[in-house]
Amino acid sequence: MIGRLWPVFVRDLTLLSRGAQGRGGAVLPLLFFLAVAMLFPFAVGPDARLLARTGAGVIWVAALLAAILPLDRLVEPDLEAGFFDQWALRGFSEEALLLSRILAHWISFGIPLMIAAPLSAGLLSLDAGQLLTVEIGLLLGTPGLAAIGVTIAALTAGLRAGSALGGLLAIPLTVPLLIFGAGSLQPDGEGGLALLAACSLVALAVAPFAGGAAIRAGRE
Amino acid sequence: MQDCRLVANDIACRRGDRILIRGLSLTVESGQIVHLAGPNGIGKSSLIRILAGLLRPYAGTIERIGALALTDERLALDGHQTLENALGFWRKIDRASGSVADFGLADLLDVPVRFLSTGQRKRAALARIAASEAPIWLLDEPLNGLDQHWSCMAQVAINAHCNAGGAVIIASHQPLSIERVQTLQILDYAA
Repeated sequence: MIGRLWPVFVRDLTLLSRGAQGRGGAVLPLLFFLAVAMLFPFAVGPDARLLARTGAGVIWVAALLAAILPLDRLVEPDLEAGFFDQWALRGFSEEALLLSRILAHWISFGIPLMIAAPLSAGLLSLDAGQLLTVEIGLLLGTPGLAAIGVTIAALTAGLRAGSALGGLLAIPLTVPLLIFGAGSLQPDGEGGLALLAACSLVALAVAPFAGGAAIRAGRE
Repeated sequence: MQDCRLVANDIACRRGDRILIRGLSLTVESGQIVHLAGPNGIGKSSLIRILAGLLRPYAGTIERIGALALTDERLALDGHQTLENALGFWRKIDRASGSVADFGLADLLDVPVRFLSTGQRKRAALARIAASEAPIWLLDEPLNGLDQHWSCMAQVAINAHCNAGGAVIIASHQPLSIERVQTLQILDYAA
């Protein structure tokens, strides 16, 4: 099964990170993430103490919004083009397909965000310790964001105005990740990282099943 | 090719509030071609999806021995990829070893799929199914968009598949010129 799934995963990863067929690739969320980090100091002023106190939260909000950006191209185009039907005929379970897609989505947006985080940290004058916590937090939290994103993409695929609805649905579901991610940067907030990881794991465990059921229900 | 068999027992098909088909049974075995005929909207495509296991029948059961291949109006080929790579993706998944039956596509292999014409796309879909090595073919309007020559060639390929021990179910409102085809008028089962 894993062997047969490999070409599917490679295709997912290529489409999501390089972008084609109206899929923007990994660059778009990355630039968006940096743009938010760049805009924030303009909006609140260059006071380093204020920036350092609020910066980590901004990074998390930016990461969340960057994860929402590619939602409408995660599942919908392949559903529309008949790929999921063809995979189903070949005995692939929707759960395995979505797991591959979550992994590909995470690699194409989570890892670029972690690479861009030091730059954002510079713009928001976070110190090295805070940056380290942000990076660990992103490492633990972005898989959860990817899982929630793919589930919602599967749920809203085929709906009219699905992409707008997807964004709206994602925000409340990702709140726990945001709270624990940003909270881990407060003094004595290290416990937040453990809760962040727990939220991610729950999302990862549920997502393939919820998304798979959504795709099957969409066929009726 | 291994023996294959697709049996539908007493199928009913419902779309929305309407029951389209009721009490339909059919059996297709190695070497047989069944033509599901009928006017637009009678439920041919829904029936194909039921037979493929993608749609749950409102009533009845499906039994199947052997792998399935399906082509419908959705191509399942990446538009930005060249035809060779797009077909190659499915060949990798199917672990197909034989050469792609060419369907006149040899000159088009380096053309991105989104630049292909309607008829060329249809031929690409048939090439995908021919390369899949699945014994049972479900073809939904396989001749739509094909010119006379390629319509003929497609039917030759379908016939050849059956000679090799495959089974084919074709949903089409167009008449077929294959001799051994058994026609099933869906209108007779309309609810």
